[in-house]
Amino acid sequence: MLAKRIVPCLDIKDGKTVKGINFVNFRDAGDPVELGAQYSREGADELVYLDITASHEGRKTFTELVKKVAANISIPFTVGGGINELKDVDRLLSAGADKVSINSAALRNPKLIEDIAKNFGSQVCVVAIDANYENNDWICYLNGGRIPTEKHLFQWAAEAESLGAGEILFTSMTHDGVKDGYANEALATLAENLHIPIIASGGAGKMEHFRDTFTLGKADAALAASVFHFGEIGIRDLKHYLREEGINVRL
Amino acid sequence: MDVAIVKYNAGNIYSVNYALKRLGIEATITADPELLNKADKVIFPGVGEAETTMNYLKEQKLDVIIKNLKQPVLGICLGMQLMCRYSEEGDVNCLGIFDTDVKRFIPQKHEDKVPHMGWNTITQVKDGLFNAELENQFVYFVHSYYVPVNEFTAATTEYIHPFSASLHKDNFYATQFHPEKSGSVGEIILNNFLKL
Repeated sequence: MLAKRIVPCLDIKDGKTVKGINFVNFRDAGDPVELGAQYSREGADELVYLDITASHEGRKTFTELVKKVAANISIPFTVGGGINELKDVDRLLSAGADKVSINSAALRNPKLIEDIAKNFGSQVCVVAIDANYENNDWICYLNGGRIPTEKHLFQWAAEAESLGAGEILFTSMTHDGVKDGYANEALATLAENLHIPIIASGGAGKMEHFRDTFTLGKADAALAASVFHFGEIGIRDLKHYLREEGINVRL
Repeated sequence: MDVAIVKYNAGNIYSVNYALKRLGIEATITADPELLNKADKVIFPGVGEAETTMNYLKEQKLDVIIKNLKQPVLGICLGMQLMCRYSEEGDVNCLGIFDTDVKRFIPQKHEDKVPHMGWNTITQVKDGLFNAELENQFVYFVHSYYVPVNEFTAATTEYIHPFSASLHKDNFYATQFHPEKSGSVGEIILNNFLKL
């Protein structure tokens, strides 16, 4: 049976791991390759590396980091941040990444999804959506949650799927950093609407939150950052807990 | 040991090369028939689309070279599918090493997502690439097409229905999953291949 996935996310700035609380106020959390290797040993199923430095220099540093990750880590990993065109995708896949995650660039130019799927296959293309719950609606945001758009979560996710997205990574800005659980109601609606895997993101604080996002939220994978970086939840402990709760995970 | 990786327009050549490096092997990435023929082991990786890739292999005359190799050969993912007779992906005839066809996954219920992506278990594992401890271990898959269970099946996985996670015939071995991305279990499988 296909296992539910646990995915630690590492936000990278100038070659180091950081994590935002509600997308601002960063705290340092270690060396990205070391941290990734440690997560892999503890039983992480995949890793996500997000480049949050937008500068040209930062991008070069990040590409070098991707090469080091590919050389040292034997589980799949996704990279995102600063991907605006096909040649960015080519550069990162050539450096050894398994998948790319696109966010603002896809909102600005949805055709990019189609181009990635055609050139590299749908399985490579993760569409990340940052959305905030406001006025009884889920509104998609650009630029790491700074600029609201006209797009609504469910419509945009369906559009992304039809254009060839291989997975949806949905971050609830409403839940991110609050550590009170994932946006399970919205996640379950996405699961009902779509036919591609959904990665839940934003809100993990306790082990129960992971269980709930797999059962109530029907997510295929759960992403988290700070609870892992600061050792609040151990990945091995989490997986044992989930298996005891009847959820199929890789041990 | 002299290990050659078939060089062509496949997506995971470098991942396979990195995995071999972690095992202490410096492989040669090549499309040179002479180097492929004289290698102790040949790995035929693959991520991409069947028809495009088959056309490329034919243009480069790699199709004839691969199916006539005599040393242990390991096909991975699309590499395994291309070693079969025919693929529904692009409606294309393949190398015909394994006398079986490649079919597209058809979802039976809403939860059946295609591609089959993530970690799944291998069962009924056979000697060669596998040892008994690998029964029920998790490996990493990403694919939308599958090889049904047949006389060459060397490991089985269940997704929508049982399918071939691995094939074996004579000196030809193949995995639908990615050993190069399957953590420590994948390393054991690659090591088993290198020991053949």
